[in-house]
Amino acid sequence: MSRIERLNQIASQVRRDIIRQTHMAASGHPGGSLGCADFMTALYFEVMDHNPSFNMKGANEDVFFLSNGHISPLWYSILARSGYFPVEELASFRKINSRLQGHPATHEGLPGVRVASGSLGQGLSVAIGMALAKKLNGDTKTVYVLTGDGELQEGQVWEAAMFAAHHKVDNLIVTVDWNGQQIDGPTREVMSLGDLEAKWKGFGWRVLHMDGHDMDDILMTLKEAKNASRMGKPVCILMKTEMGKGVDFMEGTHKWHGKATNDEQTKKALAQLEETLGDF
Amino acid sequence: MLSAIVSTGKKATRDGYGEGMTELGRTNPEVVALCADLVGSLKIQQFIDENPDRFFQTGIAEANMMGIAAGLATAGKIPFPSTFANFATGRVYDQIRQSIAYSHKNVKICASHAGVTLGEDGATHQILEDIGMMKMLPGFTVINPCDANQTKAATVAIAEHHGPVYLRFGRPGWPVFTSEDESFVIGKARILNRGTDVTLIACGHMVWQSVEAAKQLENEGISVDLLDMHTIKPLDTEAIVQSVRRTGCVVTAEEHQRNGGLGDSVSQTLARQYPAPQEYVAVNDTFGESGKPFELLDKYGLGVKDIVAAVKSVLKRKSRR
Repeated sequence: MSRIERLNQIASQVRRDIIRQTHMAASGHPGGSLGCADFMTALYFEVMDHNPSFNMKGANEDVFFLSNGHISPLWYSILARSGYFPVEELASFRKINSRLQGHPATHEGLPGVRVASGSLGQGLSVAIGMALAKKLNGDTKTVYVLTGDGELQEGQVWEAAMFAAHHKVDNLIVTVDWNGQQIDGPTREVMSLGDLEAKWKGFGWRVLHMDGHDMDDILMTLKEAKNASRMGKPVCILMKTEMGKGVDFMEGTHKWHGKATNDEQTKKALAQLEETLGDF
Repeated sequence: MLSAIVSTGKKATRDGYGEGMTELGRTNPEVVALCADLVGSLKIQQFIDENPDRFFQTGIAEANMMGIAAGLATAGKIPFPSTFANFATGRVYDQIRQSIAYSHKNVKICASHAGVTLGEDGATHQILEDIGMMKMLPGFTVINPCDANQTKAATVAIAEHHGPVYLRFGRPGWPVFTSEDESFVIGKARILNRGTDVTLIACGHMVWQSVEAAKQLENEGISVDLLDMHTIKPLDTEAIVQSVRRTGCVVTAEEHQRNGGLGDSVSQTLARQYPAPQEYVAVNDTFGESGKPFELLDKYGLGVKDIVAAVKSVLKRKSRR
């Protein structure tokens, strides 16, 4: 099996995990989770040098922060499938007494999560702090952060963007999940983001584009981003994705942003996603 | 002995912060400082000169500063983000709540220019709600030292404490009356005077006001048990209950709204453990305004005379019991 085939197989299982977690919880955010499944699979199973035995400080390893915390069912699946915690624990998503909170949190010590997210726009700042600490410590690893596109409407993101360029935080790669959707509808109707490439460039970033559903392109672009890091500029990847990707009736609409599938829809969705690693 | 408590001169509490940071710069390599375009006001230039790599200027972007502090703390640094108290709390409450408090980050938020004694800049900058906001956050330690020496000692002490801290201090030159070599114990009230008639509990600038009030009251034959409650959270409930058991009544004094402040915390303690008449010297549901620090303290009910009046009032209520 090729590397790409293997990653696509993992992504298929991750998508099943997303549908099953949100269905079992009868809540959660499957749309954006499905859309970022390919990227997150590539990041954790191929690109990042990370340690599933988990150390909060993340010294001498690549570190990831999820700023758009609502796509937690995706991250939880990725973390569990990477060995951070038992896969069976995915069944506790959003349930009482669970470490798998609706939005990621550290309070019960879930391995893999270093800061809470959910209230949007904060992850890039936190990632910058981690990147600065790595530089102070002479740690040459990279800090990755994923943000939504609707999230870019939060002013703090641009405070952070300005800071990272000014202080040459070049061990930092931010990926924007550019699916063009947010809760109330398409971003162009809710609050236009304008020319995103020009915006990030104008703030002093190196900007790359990526097809978030082409595993080849994801690996290539992430490699290019890594090569572009440590060159004096932070790197931003504008990743084109489709909300709900992988389940035909969920694709390309904001309707599944924050809604779980019912029994029948779940069956239909799972029929489209191959079980490759065994369901939890 | 009240008469032994004397001012050795005036110095701003924020100067104590700057000196504490200078000391930490030399003694604790994990300490890093952040500031949002107020380096001069926060008195941290010497720290920056001596440790340029350990200082991060964020520009006028406090939300980002708090997030960066959370990230630095995640990696094991001990970040001290600092700015004016208004911008260090209310403006960025959600960032503090999610990225620092809920995420258990070892961040030391240090805030100057709290309260009406900020003076001429007016109510936009005179935050009087910050103690309440910060003490409501689970796990947060909230400290409001009384003079420059204590602020320096507190700055050094919070670096050794693991967990998020809000350290609140002020702008104006203020009497220095604590000893330079006194160490700071988080959560432990300082007993300034043992008295029998009334308990007077104060924090921040209002401790000195309370010393002056207690001296006046002593001259009138009223014996004041005076507590410097520099740590509002965790509160030294034992010291409060022990004192009020003896005196039977209490006055609290703070440069803050009555709602949510030190007085509130004292009330909660006493309501559960030893109910007693209480009076509050605090700002009562209003904003401040421009003026000189002492003019404002007087106008907003935080003068020495207001403390004296509150003591007399609470003593009347005690005698009616």
